[in-house]
Amino acid sequence: MQRGGRTLFRGLSFVLNPGEMIAVRGPNGAGKSTLLRIVAGLLQPTEGHIALAPKGEAEEGAIAHYVGHLDGLKTALSVHDNLNFWRSVWGSSASVPAALDAVGLGDLAALRAGVLSAGQRRRLALARLLMAPRPLWLLDEPTTALDDGGEALFAALLGRHLGEGGMALVATHGDLPVKVTTTLWLGGRP
Amino acid sequence: MKALAAIAAQTARLSWRSGGALVGVVFFLAVVTVVPFGVGPDLKLLGRIGPAMLWVAALLAALLNLDRLFRDDRDDGSLDLLVMSGVPLELTVLAKCAGAWLATGLPLTVVAPLLGMLLGLEPAALATTTATLAAGTPALILIGAIGAALTAALPRGGILVAVLVLPFTIPALIFGVSAAATAIVGPTPFLPPFLILLALTLFSLVIGPIAAAAALRATLE
Repeated sequence: MQRGGRTLFRGLSFVLNPGEMIAVRGPNGAGKSTLLRIVAGLLQPTEGHIALAPKGEAEEGAIAHYVGHLDGLKTALSVHDNLNFWRSVWGSSASVPAALDAVGLGDLAALRAGVLSAGQRRRLALARLLMAPRPLWLLDEPTTALDDGGEALFAALLGRHLGEGGMALVATHGDLPVKVTTTLWLGGRP
Repeated sequence: MKALAAIAAQTARLSWRSGGALVGVVFFLAVVTVVPFGVGPDLKLLGRIGPAMLWVAALLAALLNLDRLFRDDRDDGSLDLLVMSGVPLELTVLAKCAGAWLATGLPLTVVAPLLGMLLGLEPAALATTTATLAAGTPALILIGAIGAALTAALPRGGILVAVLVLPFTIPALIFGVSAAATAIVGPTPFLPPFLILLALTLFSLVIGPIAAAAALRATLE
């Protein structure tokens, strides 16, 4: 994969099976986020491909959840409306209050998203993962800004997802609070 | 279908919440109230140039808001999620245009007859002007969406959208005004220019979402 004329990584190959999680690690600028965006279908790789098995079951976009650096929140709308929007877009029947409770924002549903703290915004972004069941979670440094309680909640969510046969590809710097199946080092292992 | 309705409703809501939609209406009102002071109190002259004034003011007011149509989504990360949502991006763009029309085009059309009275338009001219605005403002927004998508990645693309898009909105302006003015200038029939205006709207209904979606995909890189 090349970005801005620079080759980020080449010859990268990995398989992700149900119930497994791959941690993507490496120094800043190694291409962790780029790799996640390629798998999400938001970027085209310079060479190579991503295969989804079983083939043709769903479109690439619709099988994966992506939580990037940006939280994707509308600051002018309430916490509840932010989640409810994605619920309608994804045509899901998941419950908004249940998802908010799962990330510890149950009491703040009526609050405008603009007044949330950075950690609370991150929790709200993670609550979106619960709004529609999708087998693959692509998480880009998901624990940024989360406090200890938030990390524990996140670990519980991710653990449950993997336990139900879900998959996760997580770009991270620190150690994750969940059992990692494989660690993928970009830009050399330190 | 539910997804598209949700996207359209959210776009319209955010446009109202951020005050953008109101700015368009106030701008429209400002232009129309200032013109009589500039032109003078000649009612006959005002009545004759009225439809053109309303159209030009509506065109500029509609373009005023469009630069934020996709930029906000891109800046806060929701554009990535919309692209991945499984809904074709062209339809997402169409839904966002529908929302933008509800927030800007529809209010402009609704207040146009009131402002037309300020300009001394006759009832027939009020009717034709409102009808042409109702038929023509969707075209303005759909064409404008292409410019908004192209400039979504630029930090200060606001004025660029208007400059880029203005030349392409001129056909709609010409046929909109000529249809609206048939009520004043006399024996020319209303229908031919109005049908061409409708054709322009249908044309941009197809071209706008496809082109804007292609431009948005390019900005993801």
